[in-house]
Amino acid sequence: MAKPMEKYTWRDLNVGCVIDEPGSSLEYKTGDWRNLLPVTDYSKCTKCGLCWLFCPDNAMKPKDDGFFGPDLDYCKGCGICAQECKFAAIQMVEDKK
Amino acid sequence: MKIFKTLERYMEKPDAEYIASGHRACQGCAEVLALRLAFKVLGKDTILAMATGCMEIISTPLPLTCWRLPWIHIAFENTAAVASGIESAIRILTQKGKLENKKINIVGIAGDGGTSDIGFQALSGALERGHRLIYICLDNEAYMNTGIQRSSSTPYGAFTTTSPPGKKSIGQSTWKKDMPKIAAAHNIPYVATACPSYPYDLFNKVKKAKEVNGPAYLHILSVCPTGWRIPSEMAIEYGRLAVRSGVFPLYEVENGVYRITFKPESLIPVKDYIKGQGRFRHLTDKEISEIQDRVNKDWERLTKLCEITKA
Ligand SMILES: Cc1ncc(C[n+]2csc(CCOP(=O)(O)OP(=O)(O)O)c2C)c(N)n1
Ligand code: SF4
Ligand code: SF4
Ligand code: SF4
Ligand SMILES: [Mg+2]
Repeated sequence: MAKPMEKYTWRDLNVGCVIDEPGSSLEYKTGDWRNLLPVTDYSKCTKCGLCWLFCPDNAMKPKDDGFFGPDLDYCKGCGICAQECKFAAIQMVEDKK
Repeated sequence: MKIFKTLERYMEKPDAEYIASGHRACQGCAEVLALRLAFKVLGKDTILAMATGCMEIISTPLPLTCWRLPWIHIAFENTAAVASGIESAIRILTQKGKLENKKINIVGIAGDGGTSDIGFQALSGALERGHRLIYICLDNEAYMNTGIQRSSSTPYGAFTTTSPPGKKSIGQSTWKKDMPKIAAAHNIPYVATACPSYPYDLFNKVKKAKEVNGPAYLHILSVCPTGWRIPSEMAIEYGRLAVRSGVFPLYEVENGVYRITFKPESLIPVKDYIKGQGRFRHLTDKEISEIQDRVNKDWERLTKLCEITKA
């Protein structure tokens, strides 16, 4: 299993620098980078999915109710989802975390 | 999710992500978005060889990786050579019955520096030999990973750290190398330009590239907020402006036949594309109008190519 970067020593590395766990970057939470947070007004949302489609970090996740919401572990707060929403349903607000 | 239904025309599993979150691309990076979208179409039976560059650095900081596909790191010079080798090995092993006979996509990926400059020779060789592989050039118009140095794909007039504008310099002093047409000159079955700002056009082209029997070359304009000096949220919009102004036309070349795949009713002024970008902020109106003339000419030439090559 992957572990936080700082816990690795050279002894943990495979010969040939082979990485044998696909998608292990999930260990690294890029949500820390965020200054702004996307907040959706679901009364304006048409569930079109453009915010999901254009997110470079696949951090805008489909939810069971058909809406989409940011995964705060990985959303970097780039603002693309808010910019691209045709219905102005997403606002970027200061993230006071 | 209705969008997943629509996407099923292009891909098996619209909700599958082959690049995990946790990658280190800058906020609003459309280069990693281009990959995210392209790999949705390529799907799980895909092997990729990737040159150094932003996408390698952000995706595989040892000991972690964001890839959920077999991926191999390649030096700048030989992405296409390694992809060729993988393709040949799989072909022979399948012939010998040592591998199950199924379609595997072999993909070589490099940036504009890795493609139009350093990996050029290996790429030309691979295209000429006719390997059944897809080569993707992620064009963010400079060597971004090492801090914005000019490549032969940097547009005329742009600031980079090695094409600094000043009293005696306009910035980049040469016109962007026309890689897609150079690839097309190898008479390969499929060449296309694409941009993640037009996702459905991109899906179509990746799908065609996947189905073609021989080399396919995809040249994807990948807006880089960091290097272009634009706000991160504008990455998609600037891709659109590049296309709508004719600066980066979306077209494909199928067996020698050129076709523009997105034709704006009329082109918007190049100035609308250039003006908000920090890398062009030093350009005067006169210089912008010179760029406009050249863009007009190139657009006309492309239109003619479409007419001449029409079946
Ligand atoms: C032969 C060689 N020269 C230089 C480098 C340093 N280097 C690593 S990535 C990079 C920039 C890559 O630019 P590009 O191919 O356009 O990809 P981008 O980072 O812009 O996506 C450079 C110069 C290297 N790794 N190998
Ligand atoms: S882009 Fe806007 S309308 Fe579409 S799903 Fe996202 S929030 Fe809703
Ligand atoms: S702000 Fe950026 S990273 Fe966050 S969900 Fe929106 S598009 Fe994705
Ligand atoms: S420098 Fe540009 S291309 Fe590289 S990760 Fe950042 S935004 Fe993406
Ligand atoms: Mg580049």
